[in-house]
Amino acid sequence: MIPRHRSALVWVADHAVFLALAVAFLAPFAFVVLTAFMSPSQAGTTFAWPTSWHPENFALVFEKLPMLKYFGNSLIYAVLATVFMLLSSVPAAYALARIRFRGSGLYFLAIIAMMLLPPQVTTVPLYVMWAKAHLTGTLWPLILPNLLGDAFSIFLLRQFLVTIPRDYTEAARLDGCSELRTMLRVIVPMAKPGLAATAIFLFFHSWNDYYGPLLYASENENAWPVSYALAQFRGAHSVDWNLTMAATLIAMVPVVLLFFVAQKAFVQGVTLTGVKG
Amino acid sequence: MALAFLAPSLLGMLVFFVYPLVMTVFYSFTAFSLSKPPHVNGLANWRYLFGGDPLIGKATLNTLWFVLILVPARMVGALFIAWVLTRARRSAGALRTVYYLPALIPPVASTIAFVFVLNPATGPVNVMLRNLGISNPPGWFTSEPWAKPSLTFLGLWVLGDLMVIFLASLLDVPTEQYEAAELDGANGGQRFWYVTIPNIEPVLLFALITGVIFALQYFTEPAVASATAQGKATVGAGTSGLLGWPGSSTLTYGQLLYQRAFHSNLMGYASAMAVVLFAVTAVVIAVLLRRFRAFSPEVAS
Repeated sequence: MIPRHRSALVWVADHAVFLALAVAFLAPFAFVVLTAFMSPSQAGTTFAWPTSWHPENFALVFEKLPMLKYFGNSLIYAVLATVFMLLSSVPAAYALARIRFRGSGLYFLAIIAMMLLPPQVTTVPLYVMWAKAHLTGTLWPLILPNLLGDAFSIFLLRQFLVTIPRDYTEAARLDGCSELRTMLRVIVPMAKPGLAATAIFLFFHSWNDYYGPLLYASENENAWPVSYALAQFRGAHSVDWNLTMAATLIAMVPVVLLFFVAQKAFVQGVTLTGVKG
Repeated sequence: MALAFLAPSLLGMLVFFVYPLVMTVFYSFTAFSLSKPPHVNGLANWRYLFGGDPLIGKATLNTLWFVLILVPARMVGALFIAWVLTRARRSAGALRTVYYLPALIPPVASTIAFVFVLNPATGPVNVMLRNLGISNPPGWFTSEPWAKPSLTFLGLWVLGDLMVIFLASLLDVPTEQYEAAELDGANGGQRFWYVTIPNIEPVLLFALITGVIFALQYFTEPAVASATAQGKATVGAGTSGLLGWPGSSTLTYGQLLYQRAFHSNLMGYASAMAVVLFAVTAVVIAVLLRRFRAFSPEVAS
């Protein structure tokens, strides 16, 4: 009896930890959801269960702000950045993973250095450059560089590609395939999970980006991304918490949906960023 | 052959990495703003950096605080939760999703949500603390001593990315090693210290170094928290003036650089700050590259 009893206690203890952690991680979401449904007067007072429910807050967010335009801006930024990144970065990652050439080690080190460089280091010269090109006030300074490779994506793609056995590329070469054909017909189909993970990563990075749009687009409301909508509901003295929380939920929805659709690729991608020694 | 594949990224490296680095060094010896072209002013920026700027000491110390407290706190928290998850069996997948969720949402959204939850007068946390009999709970994001700890709690809430990495490496530790240690009479703590830690050490070190680099460029969360806790907009022309609030308790090095370049119009001086940031980052990256075989090309082939 005693061992059984003891294991039952251990089971409860273990699950108590899981549950306590789950509550801790989810509680802020619960507070956000509850507040998003509150009346304006209740949202400004001591937090409690909503006295009346106001789903119209969500419609109000769309009414008060050009949310669809913000969504459009975020979507253009994230989609174009991702497509451009794939076009430019897959060949670079393929070359680093599968073609022998002098300086490949050095090139990879430069990619890592670029990936880890804080964006503030190059902010001033790049801003001057984009200002000369008359592209400040838009999101293009954040989209266009992806045409010339994204360091983090090249790194991540290369980490995926080196796990594909060399035999496949050697066999394709023996069959007389060109490098381009080998990449497109042999490697890319095999690396689909890696491509998906990298694409999702860049999509999220662009969708969630705050510093980039602050730098280049903050003075032009027409170019604002969704996250900027969250900060605009304020009364005379304080924040309109119910509308802010409704807008916060609206901004979360696309990324959470995308996550659940592509969870497997995503988790695989996060794991690969960890790098084994 | 390789050149054709690398051409776009090589051009990108020159335009977005080499060129701006060279220009930053050049700009650091000039005075200029968007309306005034650069003219060389010798070491003036560097003198201001080491002794003139009234905020740089505070911003550097704040950034150091985040490096020394926020980064280790996130690592310990993520390792603990990953370890808890290795003990979950059937529900591990669902729990992992739950713990990961906060890391997924845009940082602007998670920061605003957290400022609301920790709202000193009316937020749910202080309501609960008062119900528990704590009559004078902290002011969190509105109080100078509590603002950085509040950002640390936010960092713990969104530790999911680290947790996923740690979980994968914990699951990679060979079970035979645990069994052997158990046969030798090692207790739980000893197994963790002598089996788990050595096995996952490379992943821990990588997380530490990337965490430090993240802390060196920490910008969005403190910026959004400062503005939201003040009840002001977080975007547009006014942003720079709100950075660091309350007082300059959350002003980071990266924020001050941005503020000096685009608010004070001291782009030459901001470039000098950027050179220092680059030097510090380069040291951290060098440590990383020396330590990691995974980054060396030999492992690739």
